[in-house]
Amino acid sequence: MAKKTPEINSSSTADIAFLLLCYFLMTTTMGDQSGLQRRLPPIPDTKDVQDQKVNRRNIVVVRINSADKLFAGNEAMDISFLKDKMKEFLSNPADSPELPEKEAKEIGGKTYMVSKGVISLQNDRGTSYQAYIAVQNELVKAVNELRDEFSMREFGKRFSRLSEDEQDVVKKAVPQNISEAEPKDTGKK
Amino acid sequence: MSKFGGSRNNKSVPGISSGSLSDIVFMLLFFFMVTTQMRETENKVVVKLPEASEAAKLERKDLSANINIGSPTRQYQAMYGTDARIQLNDSFKTIDDIRDFIASERDAMSEADRSLMTVNLRVDEDVRMGIVSDVKQELRRCSALKIMYASRKPGGDK
Repeated sequence: MAKKTPEINSSSTADIAFLLLCYFLMTTTMGDQSGLQRRLPPIPDTKDVQDQKVNRRNIVVVRINSADKLFAGNEAMDISFLKDKMKEFLSNPADSPELPEKEAKEIGGKTYMVSKGVISLQNDRGTSYQAYIAVQNELVKAVNELRDEFSMREFGKRFSRLSEDEQDVVKKAVPQNISEAEPKDTGKK
Repeated sequence: MSKFGGSRNNKSVPGISSGSLSDIVFMLLFFFMVTTQMRETENKVVVKLPEASEAAKLERKDLSANINIGSPTRQYQAMYGTDARIQLNDSFKTIDDIRDFIASERDAMSEADRSLMTVNLRVDEDVRMGIVSDVKQELRRCSALKIMYASRKPGGDK
């Protein structure tokens, strides 16, 4: 019979693993990259950008001045009211002539009334980033809530629980039309 | 009292087996290896992300280019002051360098992925919008149109 091999002392594997653990703790970061995704408008080729006229009722200007004060459609407003105002603007429940018009569009075999409303977000050079993101967040929240309501109505589920195809339908039926206007050189810091 | 005292006299306490300790540590190790990612660059600017409850996760992390904007950390303040600066990769840069940066990031990606590139704007919450607008204009000129305003969920401490 072969000689019995002595057992390898395994008490130091814990130390080795601890060293590895410390190494990874030091050199890595928690990978949570989240944020508000946007698409910038492309630089127009020609100079005459002003020509493309959007119907007045279809656009609302949200402005943040250099003192972080918020104006929505020419009236000063607290940020807590912005979401409901924007929801009303984008959905236009009573078909009021002041609010954006809707257009029948065929999406995925069914016809939906799609709002033509555009939110135009303007800021000064002196606006703080925090206020800007807070307003962006409210606008995204307004759109997300409208999408949720729409999917509840059409599919009986929340937007996040829909399948990818259904989500595409909802995204087209409730578009996120937030335009970030060309910066204006006012309120220099 | 007598119960414990008696048992100690009768037999010795068995030693705790440390054989499974390494398994536990390995499990911790794997957890951290999976949930974390390598830190590519050293932060030279202080970035405290603003809060946004509607923040959505970036799907393809490997297709993002990071632009950090904030005031320099303390060790660089003597050289660069406390005004907001742009950090690309590992060094302080100006607006004019963004074009080259985007081009090199594009080159590093495969042909099919180039249109999916997202520019991740990591901007400190105290920065004024002026510099951010300049960066956005420059990105439009480079036709890097997909951007993300990095932000954190409220309640999360980071």
